[in-house]
Amino acid sequence: MSALVKLVDVSKRYADAPALHPTNLSIERGKITVLIGPSGCGKSTLLRLIIGLIEPDSGSIKFDGESITPDNIDVLRRRIGYVIQEGGLFPHLTSRANVLLMARRVGKSQEEMQRRLLELCKLTRFSDQLLPRYPVELSGGQRQRVSLMRALMLSPELLLLDEPLGALDPLVRASLQKDLKEIFARLRQTVLFVTHDLAEAIYFGDEIVLMNEGRVVQKGSVTDLREKPADPFVSEFINAQRGVGLT
Amino acid sequence: MNSVHPTMIGRDRQPRRPRPSVLMLLFLIPVVAVACASANPIIMGSKKFTESYVLGEIARRTLIDAGIPAEHRQGMGGTIILWQALRGGQVDAYPEYTGTIAQEILKIDHELSLDEIRNALGKFGVGMTEPLGFNNTYALVMRRGEAQRLGVRTISDLRKYPELRVGLTHEFLDRQDGWRPLRERYALPQQNVVGIDHALGYSALANGSIDVKDAYSTDAKIGQNDLVALEDDLQFFPKYEAVFLFRSAMRADAIAALRRLEGTLDEKRMIRLNAEAERTKNYTRAANLYFQGSIGSKNAVGESFPHKLARWTLRHLQLAGFSLLLSVVFGIPLGIVASRGGALGHGILGFAGVMQTIPSLALLALLVPLPFFGISARTAIAALFLYGLLPIVRNTASGLQDIPRSLRESAVALGLSPVVRLCEIYLPMASRSILSGIKTSAVINIGTATLAALIGAGGLGEPILSGLNLNDHVTILQGAIPAAVLALLVQWLFDLLDRVLIPKGLRI
Repeated sequence: MSALVKLVDVSKRYADAPALHPTNLSIERGKITVLIGPSGCGKSTLLRLIIGLIEPDSGSIKFDGESITPDNIDVLRRRIGYVIQEGGLFPHLTSRANVLLMARRVGKSQEEMQRRLLELCKLTRFSDQLLPRYPVELSGGQRQRVSLMRALMLSPELLLLDEPLGALDPLVRASLQKDLKEIFARLRQTVLFVTHDLAEAIYFGDEIVLMNEGRVVQKGSVTDLREKPADPFVSEFINAQRGVGLT
Repeated sequence: MNSVHPTMIGRDRQPRRPRPSVLMLLFLIPVVAVACASANPIIMGSKKFTESYVLGEIARRTLIDAGIPAEHRQGMGGTIILWQALRGGQVDAYPEYTGTIAQEILKIDHELSLDEIRNALGKFGVGMTEPLGFNNTYALVMRRGEAQRLGVRTISDLRKYPELRVGLTHEFLDRQDGWRPLRERYALPQQNVVGIDHALGYSALANGSIDVKDAYSTDAKIGQNDLVALEDDLQFFPKYEAVFLFRSAMRADAIAALRRLEGTLDEKRMIRLNAEAERTKNYTRAANLYFQGSIGSKNAVGESFPHKLARWTLRHLQLAGFSLLLSVVFGIPLGIVASRGGALGHGILGFAGVMQTIPSLALLALLVPLPFFGISARTAIAALFLYGLLPIVRNTASGLQDIPRSLRESAVALGLSPVVRLCEIYLPMASRSILSGIKTSAVINIGTATLAALIGAGGLGEPILSGLNLNDHVTILQGAIPAAVLALLVQWLFDLLDRVLIPKGLRI
């Protein structure tokens, strides 16, 4: 099994401080990789580098063996789905128009788009009756389902999720977690999932990447992290989260 | 000379070079549309006071009666604006006074003979008729009864009554040929001298708050208020013989027609015409009085009020509409550039801001001397366009800047091209802000377009301006009320447009 995304010595600095120290990381095909760590550890930066919202200061990022450059980024973006915490839905477009936005641009036929749309509604458990609604007319959970449909519309090889459930209340969150896991399994989707919640990471992650202060601290299964911590920070992070989980 | 092609004579005398830029062509559309509205008649100009209006009307009527197409641009402002317009060819002729020509145009401080003036004007390509027959100079006036009681007949007689109170217009107080040198020449002893508005001065004189004031010798109010003009026994005031100035290149039959007016208007007659104009608020009717007894042509009778109102309103909407169109066409792209910040963005916002801080009158005055503009509707449109820019540029820029970063990034991450992002995501999201900028700009334009009348561009400012000159509230309201109603209608229309143009998802 080969890596779909490969980061080699990738680093990024913002004006005042380094956001990501030179980092190597592979995202394996068909697996769910979870990036976890405290706020400001560089996990979102890593995601934004892959989708090309920011450019690395050094190193290279390869997608399916091809280096990401400003020239090919727009083509590659069609092979990557991206969902953010706030959903990122455009308020002036209906749910349907939001989902079909890019499909229309790449010249999909009406029937093809309609078929895919209904397929996605079923997959994400979103009622097709709600498709003519605008984002403000939907609940937070519904909005994230539409956002997920938009990301999956062109059947991307990679799905990037930046704390997609972070803004939802616990009940909605739990039901969406369950649905998401089913969807990923059914699609055998390659996913890079950013969260700061260890329970969520354990629930989804085939592979967990723990980050701190712009560096990858340890990569492995949850058992690896628990039993063979690479660093005192790993144990500290796991114990802190467990403590919160117990109360 | 009669065979000169009429199109050679109009306003657009500068050769037009082909302009490749599409934007430039867009800019020209309204200008050409307005310029083509009439076919090159002789353009009479007049300054913004009653007598000048009446003389302009008389000249127009004379030309038309001679079979020469003519238009009258009423009340185009002061001496310098009209002089520039005459030299630039935007007007072909206008009434002027010899004293003003010597002092304000030729800048010579001693009195000149008519021939000296004519020679000096010839160097500018401008001709002058012989005097029309009256001298409209300054005069000092008193209540007739008071003057008789004191035995004051000449200005020298004032020396005997140092207790008389004097009320003078501010202009007269400051003029080279005004109060200070007058007092020196006559050794006048009066200490109680105040500055007062011309129209108010007449009321002050009538109710006895002042005893002496300055006036124009042909002012109709002298007769109406039973005043007497004191004789200038030391010949202090220079002569202000009324004449017409015309472009030497004007068609010969038009010059001949104007010259037929020479020596036909004495002071009494002019006073009567001025009185008629102020009484009826109708310059055309006053001008017709001049022709009474000669040919009574019907076509020059004043147009009906609804017709006038329609003409003013249509022109007003043309001015405001074309300028708004230009503001939108240029403002939105400039706003898009400005939204990206940087030196260029700040520069654009700064420029639009500065444009708006220039007083509208000053902006008009600054544009008039430029070769392409002059006294015309295009100057008014250009000024209104510059005024309308800021609200549109600023609102476009801020509307775009207010789009949350997460949504901008979502559009990028989807793989949409920059053009699609702008047209289908960013601009629709900023539409509410952009539209409200356009609305502000439209309302400002409707209001400011009333000033266009100052440079003869017409519109609802025309009755406002004549009303101001006549001190007649009804005439002012004839322009002010429709302008206010128009502004409200435009506001309402844009509220309606909001519902059509702002995407539904942004209105819920």
